[in-house]
Amino acid sequence: MTLFNMLFFAIAALIVASTAIAITRRNLVHAVIYLIFGFFGSAFLFYLFGSPFLAALMVIVYAGAIMILFLFIIMMLRVEAPEEHLFPPRQMLPAVFFAAAYVAIGGLLLINDPSAGAPLTEARTEPAEFGRYIFTQNWLAVEIASLLLLVTIIGALLVGQRPAREDEE
Amino acid sequence: MIDMDLQTWIIGYGVLILKLGAVLLFLLLMAAYLVLVERKLLGRIQVRYGPNRAGKYGLLQPFADTIKMMTKEDIVPDAADRIIFLLSPAVVAITALLMFAVIPFGPDITVYGRRVPLVVTDINVGLLFIFALSSLGVYGAALGGWSSNSKYSLLGGIRGAAQMVSYELALGLSLIPVVMEAGSFSLVEIVNAQAELPFMLLEPVAFAIFFISAMAEIKRIPFDLPEAENELGAGFHTEYSGMRFGLFFLGEYVHMQVLGGLIAVFFLGGWRGPLLPGPVWLALKIVLVCLVMIWIRGTLPRLRYDQLMNLGWKVLIPAALLNVVFTGARLLW
Repeated sequence: MTLFNMLFFAIAALIVASTAIAITRRNLVHAVIYLIFGFFGSAFLFYLFGSPFLAALMVIVYAGAIMILFLFIIMMLRVEAPEEHLFPPRQMLPAVFFAAAYVAIGGLLLINDPSAGAPLTEARTEPAEFGRYIFTQNWLAVEIASLLLLVTIIGALLVGQRPAREDEE
Repeated sequence: MIDMDLQTWIIGYGVLILKLGAVLLFLLLMAAYLVLVERKLLGRIQVRYGPNRAGKYGLLQPFADTIKMMTKEDIVPDAADRIIFLLSPAVVAITALLMFAVIPFGPDITVYGRRVPLVVTDINVGLLFIFALSSLGVYGAALGGWSSNSKYSLLGGIRGAAQMVSYELALGLSLIPVVMEAGSFSLVEIVNAQAELPFMLLEPVAFAIFFISAMAEIKRIPFDLPEAENELGAGFHTEYSGMRFGLFFLGEYVHMQVLGGLIAVFFLGGWRGPLLPGPVWLALKIVLVCLVMIWIRGTLPRLRYDQLMNLGWKVLIPAALLNVVFTGARLLW
């Protein structure tokens, strides 16, 4: 076993363990903190695979921005820990189904297409090269994602504005 | 052959440790004396003397303060979330100190035939590294406020999280024109791109937006709502005592210097300047930015919460977005 493999399995174990702890915590703030460790693990994996750019983005977007919003909402609403079962079956079943489907599709992809396991060379180069690759080879996906974000921004604006308008009338 | 490799490795490691030690010593000493300078200058602005008892002109005051805080009792409230409460101040101090690792403080120098770059580490995503750390720094304030389990602290923590997340957007967007001009995320490259003209003259709008949102990011006075003394006691660090409070305090003053360093690197040409050596120029620029921030603190009142959010979302972010478009148009012209 090389040093690279050992690091990979250590980090992978860290990710799985911290996310597993995250979904079983009753204290929501503790859950968020464990999830942040999970995202850190993913960032380490990207770094290990030779892409500091993706690692930095992972920390900025997920660990830094999205989780701080989770934390903000939990702190503002002062959500108390739920008394009864953490996962009612109603929520458990879809989660298990999607997780199983994800594993199955990933496995099938690896078996049917041997090149699927190959690293994306563009992600390991300079940030400028990677940007060129994203905006020339995958421009359609970028446009779809940005359109989706625009729709959510407009939706958030609408949801935020409605009560104010009723007050005025 | 192997001996040569080992030798290179050991020397490289030694040089790295030396650079780390020098940067850390500089940062901590400067932080201690920035506190003194701030108290003295604020005193003068308010027509009083400021601290002048410990040593000549109060020059030993920072040491007296440190000894006082070290020897005070470290109180953890009964209702606090113990582990998070204990670790939060460290998050603030660590993220602030680590940011200095990518700031270049001089040109490459040659010592005994070896090239030594005057930067702790030059990574090609240096600018993103700084953003990653600054977005993690938010956790220190937010979790410190939450784990204290006190109403004042919680309010301070919530305000801190909202404010820092809002202004981080403007902070990031204001730097995109700088990256466009320099064509790199590396701070060394950004300084090299300013060999002829500092970006402050090329991108005055970006400079203004960065300066304002960076002051909000480190919670200094027109933006100090998370610790607003007359409403919240001391905000997110109300329950902290002794050296844990000291770490929050240290983090704030190190952050001030990091901000000075970043403004120097992105807009004032970094270590570049005539006659004096690079590190001296960088230090001078950092001190200059810090003095301006102290001056602003002595002059401006605190913003109201709605003014704070309006300024961030309705003025700074749109202005930063427009600035990106204009810079792009100018570069393509």
